[in-house]
Amino acid sequence: MSRDAQSPRSFQEILLRLSAYWASKGCAVLQPYDMEVGAGTFHPATTLRALGPNPWAAAYVQPSRRPTDGRYGENPNRLQHYYQYQVLIKPSPPDMQELYLGSLEAIGIDMALHDIRFVEDDWESPTLGAWGLGWEVWCDGMEVSQFTYFQQVGGHDCKPVSGELTYGLERLAMYVLGIDHVMDMPYNDPDAPIPLKYGDVFRQTEEEYSRWNFDVADTAMLLKHFEDAEAEAARILAAPAEDPKTGRRIVMAHPAYDQCIKASHLFNLLDARGVISVTERQAYIGRVRALAKACADAFLTTGSGGWRAP
Amino acid sequence: MPDLLIELLSEEIPARMQARAAADLKARVTDGLVEAGLTYASAGAFATPRRLTLSVEGLLAASPAQVEERKGPKTDAPEKAVEGFLRSTGLSKDQLEVRDDKKGQVYFAVIRKPGRPAAEIVAEVLERVVRGFPWPKSMRWGAGELRWVRPLHSILCLLSDDAGAEVVPLEIDGICAGAVTRGHRFMAPAAFSVTGFDDYTAKLKRAFVVLSAEERAEHIWNDATNRAFALGLEVVEDRALLAEVAGLVEWPVVLMGEIGEQFLSLPPEVLQTSMREHQKFFSVRDPKTGRIVRFVTVANRETADDGATILAGNRKVLSARLSDARFFWENDLRVANADIGQWLAKLDSVTFHNRLGSQGERIARIAALAREIAPLVGADADMAEQAARLAKADLSSEMVYEFPELQGLMGRYYIEAAGFPAEVAAAAQEHYSPLGPSDDVPTAPVSVAVALADKIDTLTGFWAIDEKPTGSRDPFALRRAALGVIRLVLENQVRVELNGSSGPFASSAALVGPRDANGGESTADTNELLAFLHDRLKVYLRDQNIPHDVIDACLAMPGNDDITLLVKRAEALAVFLKTDDGENLLQGFKRANNILTQAETQDGVEYSFGADVKFAENEAERALFAALDAADAKIRPAMEREDFAAAMAAMAELRAPIDAFFEAVQVNADSQVLRRNRLNLLSRIRTTCLGVADLTRLEG
Repeated sequence: MSRDAQSPRSFQEILLRLSAYWASKGCAVLQPYDMEVGAGTFHPATTLRALGPNPWAAAYVQPSRRPTDGRYGENPNRLQHYYQYQVLIKPSPPDMQELYLGSLEAIGIDMALHDIRFVEDDWESPTLGAWGLGWEVWCDGMEVSQFTYFQQVGGHDCKPVSGELTYGLERLAMYVLGIDHVMDMPYNDPDAPIPLKYGDVFRQTEEEYSRWNFDVADTAMLLKHFEDAEAEAARILAAPAEDPKTGRRIVMAHPAYDQCIKASHLFNLLDARGVISVTERQAYIGRVRALAKACADAFLTTGSGGWRAP
Repeated sequence: MPDLLIELLSEEIPARMQARAAADLKARVTDGLVEAGLTYASAGAFATPRRLTLSVEGLLAASPAQVEERKGPKTDAPEKAVEGFLRSTGLSKDQLEVRDDKKGQVYFAVIRKPGRPAAEIVAEVLERVVRGFPWPKSMRWGAGELRWVRPLHSILCLLSDDAGAEVVPLEIDGICAGAVTRGHRFMAPAAFSVTGFDDYTAKLKRAFVVLSAEERAEHIWNDATNRAFALGLEVVEDRALLAEVAGLVEWPVVLMGEIGEQFLSLPPEVLQTSMREHQKFFSVRDPKTGRIVRFVTVANRETADDGATILAGNRKVLSARLSDARFFWENDLRVANADIGQWLAKLDSVTFHNRLGSQGERIARIAALAREIAPLVGADADMAEQAARLAKADLSSEMVYEFPELQGLMGRYYIEAAGFPAEVAAAAQEHYSPLGPSDDVPTAPVSVAVALADKIDTLTGFWAIDEKPTGSRDPFALRRAALGVIRLVLENQVRVELNGSSGPFASSAALVGPRDANGGESTADTNELLAFLHDRLKVYLRDQNIPHDVIDACLAMPGNDDITLLVKRAEALAVFLKTDDGENLLQGFKRANNILTQAETQDGVEYSFGADVKFAENEAERALFAALDAADAKIRPAMEREDFAAAMAAMAELRAPIDAFFEAVQVNADSQVLRRNRLNLLSRIRTTCLGVADLTRLEG
C-alpha cells in the first residue's frame, strides 16, 4: 500500500471512515445488535428490514461470532469473534456499485493503482431461508467485500430488492494498513499516548473463548437452551395480535426473532463442540430456518413490515 | 440494407455465463427477425464482463409485403357461412372479390399484409428477447420487475445505413434505448455515442474495452507465454481458466510474479490448484525441473506504476494462501510419517452413508474385496489389500479437506513418504479412475484391483439399500461407477465372471450384508445389478458403433457376466455382419429359423435332432449336410479358443450351401419322412448358428 496523508492509520479509523462515508450517503448509522450473531446479516436491521415494501437505508458494525473459527489467537487471520461492516439499502439504488467503490476510496484505496473486480458469488443462508445474487469484490486478488442483491428472505420474495454490502473489517483493514498478523494491527492511533494493538484488545478473549467453545461449553445446557429458544419463539408468535392490556395490535416479531438468533448461535456453539453429526446438522439448520420463516411471516404483519390497518 | 447494433450494458456478468449468453442473444434475436420477415446477411455476438453485444449486417429495411388469397363459400351460400369466412379473414363483405369457379360464383378474400419497417420489428423482437432471456439464474433489483443476470443499465439499439444511424425507439421497464455506451469502468467511465459497429468497436478500444472474448484470451495467452519464454519458462496450459479470466476483464493486463522460495518445495499440483482455485492465477513452470516457479495474474487495468501495486497485493494474498497450504503439507507429512493409521482411525467416525456405515467400514469391505479380485488381475493379494486400506487415508488429511479435488494425489505423496511400495502409493491416486468416459483407465494391477473393488462396493452397497438411479437422478454417480467397472475390465482384458457364485458381485454383496432398503432389510440383488451393468455396457458399445441388436444377440449367450468375452463376441459379430457373407448368412438363417419355428408351432413338437443324410434327395441337400459337418468341425474348436472371428468365418461358409438348399429343395415336402428330415436339418443350422450368437435377436 502506498502511504500518504490520506491513508488511515488504525483499525478504528477505517471503521469510523466507513461510518462517516455511509452517513454522508444518507444511511442511518445504527449500532451493533446486542446479541451474539454469526454475521451482520442476522441484525434485524438487515434480515427483517429487507422484507416488505418500506424503504430503508442503514449501515452498522456488527461483532460476529463463529465459534468453529477460533484459533486461540494464533492464526494470522482467523478469529472466533470479528467485525463485519454491513450496509443495507432498499430499494437498491441504480448507482449501488459506484457508492460501494466510493467507500473503498474513503478508506484509502486508490482506484488508479488497484485492480478491483466483481467476481460471481451467489449468497445463500440456509438458516435464514434467504438468497441473493451478487459478487465477492476483489482488490488485487483479495476478497474485500460481499455484494448481494437480496432476492428472498425468510422464504419471502424481496419486493423491492435490497442491496447489501458486507465488509470483513479485520481482513480489509489488514490489507489497507499492510499488516500480516491480525494481532499486530494498530487498533487506535499508533501515536496515541496509549497505543493499542488488536492483540492487546482481543488476544486474550480469543484464547478464552477458543477453550470454552471447543472443550468446556456445557452441551447438555446448550441443547436445552436451543429447545427453550425454539419453544419461546413459537409461544411468542402464537400470541394473539391484539394485546389484552393496551388493546392495541402488537405483533411481537422482534422478540420472536431474538429467540431465532439465540437458537442459531446455540447451534453454532454445539457445532463447535463437535456434538452434531452430519445428518443431525441438516435437521438443526431446518429448525432454525423454520423459526426465521415464522418471524419473517410475523414481521410482514407489522407496520415496519408494510402492514396497514384495514 | 441497414446494419443493426445492439448492446446490453449491465453490472458484472458471471464469467461462466458470458459465451452462452452471447450465443443466446444472437440466436433469439436473429430467429425473431427472420420469423417477422427480416432476413439478414450475417450476424456476430460478443460478451465482456459488462456487456452483451450483437451486430447484424445486411438486414432488410422492411419486411416484405405479403398477399394471401383464400377461397371462400359460393356467393349463394347461406349467410352464416359467409359471416364465418369474414370473421376468419378479418375483412368486410365489400372487400371480398367474386370470381367464377367451376361450380359458379365464389367469394375470394385477398388479404394484403403490408411490410413493416425494420425498427418496429427490431424493437418488438428485442423487448421479447430481453424479457424472456434464458439466464441460468436471473434477478430483480431496485423496485423494478425486470429480470436480468445482474442489474441492466442501458440498451444501445441502432439501425445504420449509408444515410446515417437511427436509434430504434424502445423502452423496457424505464430503460430507453439510445446510441450511447460507456467504456472501461475505471479507465474510461464516460458515456459516448456511436454510429455503427465499426465505430463502436474502435471507440470501445480507445475506451479500454476489447469487445471480443477470443481476442482477450489470445492477448492474455500470447503475452503470458512470451513473458515466460523470455525467462526460459512455460505457462501451464489451462483452457478453462483462460476462458474464465478472459470473462473477468475488459482490458487484460498480464502481470507475472515470483512465488516465494519457501513455497517451491510444495508439490506442483498443490501450487497449481491453490493458485487456480483461489486466485485464478496461471502457473508458470521451469521445464528443466518441472517445478512451478512463478504465477501469471491478469489485471483489468493499466496503472501509473505498471501494475506494481497490483502485483504486490496479489503476491501477498498468494503468500497467505500458500502459507496455509505449506502448513497443511508439513503437518500431513508429519502424521503420515509417524503413523498413517491415525488417519484411518479417524475415518471410522466419518459417515459414508447412514445406511452403509462409516468410511472405515467401507474401506474394510473394499480391502477384503480387492484381495479377492487381485489374482484375477494379476496383482499380489497382500499388496492389493494394503493399497485398498490406505487408498482413502488422505481424506483425513488437512490438504484434502482444503482442496477436495486433490484427493488421491495427496494420498500418493503421503503414502510414498511413509515408505510404502510405489504400487501401493500409485493405487491411492489411480483407484478413483476412470471418472468419465474419456478419463484414462489405470493399468497397474494393484490399482486395477482397488479401483474395481471400490466401484463394485459402491454399486452393491447402494443396490442393497435400494438407492438406484432413476431417470436423470443419479446422486451417487452409480452410472459412472458401472461404466468404470466396464472400462477397467475391458481395457485391461480382465477375465472374470462378475456374477459367478463366488465372483466379485457375490463377494461384495456378502461383505455389504443385509441393509435397510427403505423399510425392509435386504442384500443386493446381483442379477439386477448385472442387468444395470449390461444397460451401461449397451450405451458404451453404442458409442463404439456396435449396434444394439448385435449387443442383444451376444447378451443372450451364456457367460454374459464375463464382459471381456461378451464384447469380443460382439465385436466379431459386428464385423461379420458387415460382410456380404455375414449379411446373406443372416438371411439364410432367418429363413431356416422361420420355417422351422412355424412348423414347430404347427406340429407342437421341437425338431432338434436326427437329420440323416440318407434321406437327402438331391445334391444341394447332401451338400448342406456336408457343409454343416465341416462347419461344426471348425466352429467347435474355434469357440473353445474363443476365436469368434474364426467361428464366424466357418459359419459364413454355410451361406452358399444354405442358399443352394433353399433354391433346390421344398422343405415342406408331401412325404412326412422327407419333411421331418429337412426340418431336423434346418434345426442343425439353427443349433450351429445359435452356438455362436443369438442371431434371432438381430434386425434386418
